[in-house]
Amino acid sequence: MSSEMGAERKRWLDEPRNVTRLVWTLATVCAALVIGDLVYHKHVHFGFEGWFGVYGFFGFAAFFFIVMAGKYLRKILMRPEDYYDE
Amino acid sequence: MSSLVALPPAWILILGALLVPLLRGRAQIAYVLVLPVLSAVQLLGLFGLAEGAYTQVDLLGYTLTLARVDKLSLVFGLIFHIVAFLSVIYAAHLKDTVQHVAGLVYAGAGIAAVFAGDLITLFLYWELTAIASVFLIWARRTERSYRAGMRYLIIQVGSGVLLLAGTIIHYRATGSLAFDHLGLGSLGTDLIFVAFGIKCAFPFLHNWLQDAYPEATVTGTVFLSAFTTKLAVYALARGYAGTEILIPIGVIMTIFPIFYAVIENDLRRVLAYSLNNQVGFMVVGIGVGTEMALNGTVSHAFAHLLYKALLFMSMGAVLYRAGTIKASELGGLYKSMPLTATFCIIGAMSISAFPLFSGFVSKSMILSAVGEQHYTLAFIGLIFASAGVMEHSGIKIPYFGFFGHDSGIRCKEAPGNMLIAMGVTAALCIGIGVFPGPLYSLLPYDVEYRPYTTTHVMTSFQLLLWAALAFAVLIRTGLYPAERPSVNLDFDWTYRRFLPRLVGTVGRGIGWVQGHVFDRAQRNVGRFLEGVYRHHGPPGVFARTWPTGSTVLWIAVMLAAYLLLYYLQ
Repeated sequence: MSSEMGAERKRWLDEPRNVTRLVWTLATVCAALVIGDLVYHKHVHFGFEGWFGVYGFFGFAAFFFIVMAGKYLRKILMRPEDYYDE
Repeated sequence: MSSLVALPPAWILILGALLVPLLRGRAQIAYVLVLPVLSAVQLLGLFGLAEGAYTQVDLLGYTLTLARVDKLSLVFGLIFHIVAFLSVIYAAHLKDTVQHVAGLVYAGAGIAAVFAGDLITLFLYWELTAIASVFLIWARRTERSYRAGMRYLIIQVGSGVLLLAGTIIHYRATGSLAFDHLGLGSLGTDLIFVAFGIKCAFPFLHNWLQDAYPEATVTGTVFLSAFTTKLAVYALARGYAGTEILIPIGVIMTIFPIFYAVIENDLRRVLAYSLNNQVGFMVVGIGVGTEMALNGTVSHAFAHLLYKALLFMSMGAVLYRAGTIKASELGGLYKSMPLTATFCIIGAMSISAFPLFSGFVSKSMILSAVGEQHYTLAFIGLIFASAGVMEHSGIKIPYFGFFGHDSGIRCKEAPGNMLIAMGVTAALCIGIGVFPGPLYSLLPYDVEYRPYTTTHVMTSFQLLLWAALAFAVLIRTGLYPAERPSVNLDFDWTYRRFLPRLVGTVGRGIGWVQGHVFDRAQRNVGRFLEGVYRHHGPPGVFARTWPTGSTVLWIAVMLAAYLLLYYLQ
């Protein structure tokens, strides 16, 4: 952290421990949501929607895939900012 | 027909805008704020009327309908007014007359277009939206925005030209100018479909959007995000509901911009890709075409107009205060702009369709309609796209703008008028999410729909929070790529780089042909002429003047030869 910010009030999020807490809270909620699938009856249009935790796992996988695909797309699509000479 | 409505809808905005240059300072701002309110009052008068055509004029033998009133036009007219008013508040600090006029005329043209009962009227307003809106891009007054605006204008006007061509052919074929259900299958309606598709930013016709919107002014982009694409959504819903090709088109629209949004560094351009993706959901709804699907499309357009405006407002405020909108240069701004950050998060949660936010009550209706008709692939595509929305709009925008790595930028909170505009918009986003009833009552069809079922809420939370968990894992493990300043190649490459290069290459080819073939031919002709000149020119052997003596000698020789031949015979 730079010295000029030293005088600034420290925020809750500036403490790395708190960010870690946030992540673990999120993970706990996610686990609870999947377990929640066991306790209610799903009304679905397609069979696969009824699979245990499918929305959660699909969301995780889709997000992961999109970001990682983006990583490779950068290599193909990325150009310097002055590419179009404007 | 009765002329209950003295002035066609939104003409208060269009004509009123022309008087803005006469005013200065506070009077100008007050006037600009009052116009949308007056126009909205006029609109509320239309709600009391029976459905049908009002304010018809005869022009060159054609009957033009300037005010067709039904539930579809009313709901779009209403939300356009709300967003126009919010955008004007957001822009109220401006002392730029050009932007005030352009914003009002553009909003007015968009509103007037949804009340157009015939294709000619639609065409006129269609072009007016293009012409008025380009000034919101040019008002940035940079070389870059000038060029982007020019590309934008060419494509938008081109869309209008296709609309007009299609209208003429359609009129020749059917004798009707009415703007009702058109459907594909004839040249005229196919052309109109493409015209709508350009404005709706169909895949490969989309790039004007991401090219131009981020180059507009801070406030201009908020206006732009509202009217053009949603006017096209309205037009498709009116003319092409149930056209099945719209389902794959819409699904592709929801998916491919996600990948561009992930790698884009300009956060307003990320939102432009995100806009493209959201419009895709609406297009799918139109393609499915059932009453529930169309209700879903209309309600999603309604909710989207608000949260998308809110997101563009918050990013505009960042650009206005921090002086940059590049993710690679931002971060930690929540310390300087806590209110803007809060409003941005509300917009992000709305677009991601978290329960209790507006996107949830509208998008789930489209998803349910797709599910009910058993379009399996489309359904999976839309769920995938929903996870993508969570990535680029739900997390990337607020995270890289306001949190993430602290850029050290310290600036003032957004101006008061921007905060009011964002605050009201955010309140509407939550209000619609919590109480969807009033929005549902405005929809074109009477369909019973309950968004808050256990299944909907649980599956939505699962999808979104697990996606957020994936983000946390990617960030914590360092797998999430850092934002980098760059330009990303998209379809605009074809007309910004490939075609100009092609023209250049063809030009050079012509130059080569001229250099090698024509010049050689010219040299040969020159050489031939030189030869002729050498032999027949003044110094040439054939051009010599011969002395009389030698001529007499030659005549004597010829006579001798004659005599000789005579005696030999």
